[in-house]
Amino acid sequence: MNKTLNHRAWWMVLPVLILVAMNAVIPLMTVVNFSVQEEFYGEFSFIGMQWFADTLTNERFQNALIRQLAFTFTILLIEIPLGVFIALKMPRSGRWASVCLVLMALPLLIPWNVVGAMWNIYALPDIGFMGYMINAGAGFFGHDPANGPWFDYTQEPVAAWFTVILMDVWHWTSLVVLLAYAGLQSIDNAYYQAARIDGASRWSVFRYIQLPKMKHTLTIAVLLRFMDSFMIYTEPSVLTGGGPGNSTTFLSIDLVKIALGQQDLGNAAAMSIIYFLMILLVSWLFYTLTMQGEKK
Amino acid sequence: MAKITLSNLAHSYSDIPVTRDDFQLKPTIDHVWNDGEAYALLGPSGCGKTTLLNIISGLLVPSQGRILFDETDITELPTAARNVAQVFQFPVVYDTMTVFENLAFPLRNRGASADYVTRRVKTIAEMIGLSDSLDSRAHGLTADAKQKISLGRGMVREDVAAILFDEPLTVIDPHMKWELRTELKALHREFEHTMIYVTHDQTEALTFADKVVVMLDGEVVQLGTPVELFNRPEHTFVGFFIGSPGMNVLEAKVEGDTALLGGCAIPLHHGYKQPDASRVEIGVRPEFVTLTDGEDGLPVKVERVEDIGRHKIVRTDFNGSEINVIVPEDASISDRHNRLKFDPAAIHVYADGWIVDGEDQARQKGASS
Amino acid sequence: MSLKLDQVSKSVAGEPHIHATTLELRKGTMNVLLGPTLSGKTTLMRLMAGLDKPTSGKLFWDGADVTGLRVQDRQVAMVYQQFINYPSMTVFENISSPLRLRGLSDAEIDRKVREAAAMMKLDDSQLSRRPLELSGGQQQRCALARALVKNAGLVLLDEPLANLDYKLREELRSEIPKIFEKSGAIFVYATTEPHEALLLGGNTACLWEGRVTQFGPTPTVYRHPDDIVTAQVFSDPPMNFVPLKKRGDQTAFGETSAEIDGQLFKNLSDGEYIAGFRSNHLRLNQRGAQDLTFKCQVSETEIGGSESFIHLHHGRDSWVALVHGVHDLPHQSDQTMYVDPAHIYVFSQDGSLACAASYAGSA
Repeated sequence: MNKTLNHRAWWMVLPVLILVAMNAVIPLMTVVNFSVQEEFYGEFSFIGMQWFADTLTNERFQNALIRQLAFTFTILLIEIPLGVFIALKMPRSGRWASVCLVLMALPLLIPWNVVGAMWNIYALPDIGFMGYMINAGAGFFGHDPANGPWFDYTQEPVAAWFTVILMDVWHWTSLVVLLAYAGLQSIDNAYYQAARIDGASRWSVFRYIQLPKMKHTLTIAVLLRFMDSFMIYTEPSVLTGGGPGNSTTFLSIDLVKIALGQQDLGNAAAMSIIYFLMILLVSWLFYTLTMQGEKK
Repeated sequence: MAKITLSNLAHSYSDIPVTRDDFQLKPTIDHVWNDGEAYALLGPSGCGKTTLLNIISGLLVPSQGRILFDETDITELPTAARNVAQVFQFPVVYDTMTVFENLAFPLRNRGASADYVTRRVKTIAEMIGLSDSLDSRAHGLTADAKQKISLGRGMVREDVAAILFDEPLTVIDPHMKWELRTELKALHREFEHTMIYVTHDQTEALTFADKVVVMLDGEVVQLGTPVELFNRPEHTFVGFFIGSPGMNVLEAKVEGDTALLGGCAIPLHHGYKQPDASRVEIGVRPEFVTLTDGEDGLPVKVERVEDIGRHKIVRTDFNGSEINVIVPEDASISDRHNRLKFDPAAIHVYADGWIVDGEDQARQKGASS
Repeated sequence: MSLKLDQVSKSVAGEPHIHATTLELRKGTMNVLLGPTLSGKTTLMRLMAGLDKPTSGKLFWDGADVTGLRVQDRQVAMVYQQFINYPSMTVFENISSPLRLRGLSDAEIDRKVREAAAMMKLDDSQLSRRPLELSGGQQQRCALARALVKNAGLVLLDEPLANLDYKLREELRSEIPKIFEKSGAIFVYATTEPHEALLLGGNTACLWEGRVTQFGPTPTVYRHPDDIVTAQVFSDPPMNFVPLKKRGDQTAFGETSAEIDGQLFKNLSDGEYIAGFRSNHLRLNQRGAQDLTFKCQVSETEIGGSESFIHLHHGRDSWVALVHGVHDLPHQSDQTMYVDPAHIYVFSQDGSLACAASYAGSA
């Protein structure tokens, strides 16, 4: 009786297997296929690892990768401590706790392209509130408006980076806050009481009670933020389109330019796979290291 | 170490308490707890024992009244300034620290010298039997070892005025309970800390404490030694709550030195005036009831016999109310057993729940005061 | 109805959690799983319920092989240590939930819920409230009532009273067997406390490190432990042990040598053993001429109202005596203690029972 049941069970999984194949396996294989072949007027020929070698030695790719890493580590350095700090300051219960949670959740509910569009307008030097206020401040400190606006993310790479990072911090710190807050909520009151009895300082409470209890959720927060920011596309694409020049062209924007702009499918396919492997590797490394620390 | 004085104490969670029922601790609690004694606060959940503990630890400021350690008023002092230590229901240890660091934590926070810290921690570790695991991480230890660390963190400070325990054996296995309890007892005998122990478990309360404070609905019903609580419960609740099974409480008519239970006369040890109360009961513990056969005594029917190893509990029925009897391990019970006899000296009379003195007892008290 | 476990074992990641176990539980019986934390009580229950699949062995329900049958397809109800109810439903809805799944008529559901509620002493006003508004005891009554209406053939109770007040525990503990006796189901009740096992009666299986050391009627397991582990698990206060050396008529208990009536240990061949006796059999006064005399030193006394726990040292052994009355003996004082040899169990060095305590009679 058990055996017949088992056979039937296999048939039940079939639709899911087909779905997964359509969704993940076939597109992935298509990309792999493109990455090892040369296409010339509809004729395909096998060229091995050529595209990979090209991509890795390509200065354009290397620059995009450096920009990508710089961006990801900057926002991690800002968002993780800031998120933890805000979570610590949030009330732990009562009406204000709910209000804070709703406020925190708001940026996460806005579609990504809308976030890009919002900041695109918000930071414009002439009509955007932020851009206007920064330039008004610069004027106050003696910048001559005749030389053009002091802050203009459409022209100045530094201004563009500043705006992109600010946008990301605004958009995603909430996620870190919510995860850290969940970790904090799991701490029993007895711990705080014991710390008071032991005469622990505010810093000791953080270091020995709160941080260890937040460790798991913070690991998840770092992983999520790493992966998301490493793959960031929509917001900077809408905000700066990768400019001025190539100053905010991150890996994914570059990839889209190569694949769709230049129809350079072999290069794009090789780059996709390298990109994918990098994310997988870093995530795995990070996860393994944290879990090893746990066992000790 | 300190004497603890509770003076005119009451607590309510509502800002403007109107009736007595608005109080979690009813007005008023007035006690002096002696320096170096072990007290247990015993009662069912919601009786106010934890509220009282929180007032002593400084987590709560009482709505009224004062609390003194020796002669110092500490009612408004924060926990950290009170020199109390506390062991919680679930073991609270600093997971990332070693056992040594855990024990050293309260001293280091108060800026003690490294030399002193090492010396003191070693002494304490010796006392609580953790000398061998000083260098291991606290995280991986068993629940009972963690509770020992909690206790050690309290004792490590020489200025500790009182050690508070909030149901500390809840998560400990029965066999380890024995070990921890006796160790605690030995530590108390040796170092004479004032200890306050909150529990709902009568065995823990009675075996641990010099004095037990029995609480019900925010009131202290009786404060006494374990023997007093057993031999002379001042309220039927104390009789019921202490003892396993608790005291048999039966509605009765009391006339002189006889109690009438549904037409059956029970001799009493003392003579009583007609109690002026809406409800008169007699109470007798199952330990002082004997089961016999024959024509004498209270006619009952044996409902069930529970063999609990070291003795048997016989559940009998008398006109619809249950009367429990404790008989020895080797006693055999049969259908012949249909009569109960009470030891007259162990019968107490209660009026509206509170104990009534016999006339001779009242006279003696009057003469001595 | 019966549930039979045939050589059932469970390993997780190569580590044995339950060693091969054979048990047969019968209809209308209370079966206690007694053992310390992590001895495998919960794992064994999960195997019985079908929540976990055994690594090897088979489960039979009324003779039919149910190994691998999902929990949904079995008639099983479970109550946990934590009070598990649907928080957004009223108590009535909570109790009726298993009946609704079965599609009974409203009138019938109403009747059955009220019947179960009455047995668990939940009144009408409590039925219309939500579980979290009730006390812990009432919440657990709600969970028990839900298990009751389910009319399951197998009811598993995993330390259901552990989170309750002592007195509430006492009350529910005496109600549970009465209520469930009537339903005719098989009950399995996990506990860490020997005292609770004795009060529940029925049968007891002692568990130790994933092994059922003994299974049988509760008083029998208590008075006739097959080995030293069972005796230890089933003693609270812990059983007292002393090394025993027998050479002809000479018998030495640790540092105390004694001459014992030849009848008592007559089947015991000369050699070294471990003698064990329970704390309530270690007495302050002599009762019979046969009594063994032990010179002990008092380490601690605990007074519990009507009885005292006296902690003693006898040579290198630590003992506990549970005696009637109040005896506040001074710390470090010398004290002579007595044990009736009829109360002594003798275990071989490997832990198996060599000679049962004669007071218990033959099982």
